[in-house]
Amino acid sequence: MPSSLSLRAAIVSVALLLVFLIGWHIATRGTGATATMSPEYARLMGATATQGKSAMPGPLDVGAKLWEHIKSPFYDKGPNDKGLGIQLGYSIARVLLGYLLAVVFAVPLGFLIGMSPLMSKALDPFIQILKPISPLAWMPLALYTIKDSSVSAIFVIFICALWPMLINTAFGVAAVRKEWINVARTLEVGNVRRAFTVILPAAAPTILTGMRISIGIAWLVIVAAEMLVGGTGIGYFVWNEWNNLSITNVIIAILFIGLIGMILDQILARFARMVTFPE
Amino acid sequence: MSDERFVSIEGIAKRYPGPSGGSTTIFENLWLPIKRGEFCCVIGHSGCGKTTVLNILAGLDQPSEGAVIVDGQAIEGPSLDRAVIFQSHALLPWRSVLGNVAFAVSSKWRDWSAAKVRAHAQKFIDLVGLIGSEHKRPSELSGGMKQRVGIARALSITPKMMLMDEPFSALDALTRGTLQDEVRRICLETGQTTFMITHDVDEAIYLADKIILMTNGPGAVLAEILENPLPKDRARIDIHRHPHYYGLRNHIIDFLVSRSKSFTQTAKNHDPRNVPVVRPALPEPSVISEPAA
Repeated sequence: MPSSLSLRAAIVSVALLLVFLIGWHIATRGTGATATMSPEYARLMGATATQGKSAMPGPLDVGAKLWEHIKSPFYDKGPNDKGLGIQLGYSIARVLLGYLLAVVFAVPLGFLIGMSPLMSKALDPFIQILKPISPLAWMPLALYTIKDSSVSAIFVIFICALWPMLINTAFGVAAVRKEWINVARTLEVGNVRRAFTVILPAAAPTILTGMRISIGIAWLVIVAAEMLVGGTGIGYFVWNEWNNLSITNVIIAILFIGLIGMILDQILARFARMVTFPE
Repeated sequence: MSDERFVSIEGIAKRYPGPSGGSTTIFENLWLPIKRGEFCCVIGHSGCGKTTVLNILAGLDQPSEGAVIVDGQAIEGPSLDRAVIFQSHALLPWRSVLGNVAFAVSSKWRDWSAAKVRAHAQKFIDLVGLIGSEHKRPSELSGGMKQRVGIARALSITPKMMLMDEPFSALDALTRGTLQDEVRRICLETGQTTFMITHDVDEAIYLADKIILMTNGPGAVLAEILENPLPKDRARIDIHRHPHYYGLRNHIIDFLVSRSKSFTQTAKNHDPRNVPVVRPALPEPSVISEPAA
């Protein structure tokens, strides 16, 4: 029976997941070897020493903890114990703020660079030097000047999301087919109208590609940035749970970071499809 | 303005800076008058600067020397008075057929309402025979249909002059034939002044009132202006049966094969300001064998 490719792919995906989960379960079943020790001493030792439990949580532990998080994602029991939903919310809000700021900045500037060979040449050395700087290297400078850790994190997102959008916008605008520009010229279309009716739609797929790369980088960087600034956010949560030695929570956070990253990417991919035109 | 010199190309040249300080002349001292309502075809080999001449007429390129006057005014840039039909059709792929034509219409008449723009655009889509395809994207159209949209877009702004840069060269022979018919019909009906570049000798003979022969570049000149001796009501299917057809065709082919290379050396008294106008006619009857005795 021939079945559709996506159905067969889904079956293989589920099978791979099951293999992984079973492997994980077997690997973390426990050592079995326990030493007899006095109850006083046993209380100082962890479950690994007393019950032969693996130090690494198994899929069932993670699943149980995950269910707990999903049941109450928004609880708030003080600065060190907030629900996963709240932490993710903080991270998403920071990413979106920094990202939107970068869009507002990068797209018009990219247009300018793409349309003006003079500005392109003049700004090129700055872009070439600023682009390879790790966004986290800006953090001390941001903390010193802005004096607010949360805003500094947003600034770091802004600076890391800026470059792919700026470069792609400039490239997309500069690479608009000459014949389309000539059509606009022979129709005596003014500069502003030409920018919006010819250059923007022609460059939109390239611009959206840059925006998609940027959101991916922004989501990568926010985790690291929040580990540094602390207080709230999924990055802080990961580091805090590491300090708590709750590997289960760390694994759950990793899972959610992946999920949210995928959703953000898919949203941008949908926008990109909307502006893409077949030739 | 005189209809005799509706368009007047006056001594234009195009030079590019050469690699070692000097300059390369693509063409120079080009003079050409075009009558109102006339269909002009330029034939010449690649590299003689035909497209540059067309771009100068369109205002997309500037001559290094000289000027072009259209309807009493020197060309100073692109204008809605001169519509260009591009070889690659140059449709905006994110717009529908109607959107592409409407873009031109709303560029010319900026204060028109959307409904008026649509109605006007639709009229020209109907004219080129694309009824029913208004909402298709260019990617859904065949090459011939795309070029029809290009023609509709050019005509929709009711230009004083149409400029066509090898508009049919990317099409298959059958489509090319039907589109040539359409263009000829539309040009005769609307009395368009047209300047077209082509490589296709038969296309030039069928469409043009005047065929301009251009020598090889660099340093190209206009060698001759051929007046088409075929009747105005010629049809594409039996054009080759006309007694003047082969005389004209052979003259053009001979030029392209040999004279286009040697013309600048051999034609010593060639006056670029007064390019000779030639009207190929029937070959004179000649005696090919003497009676035995």
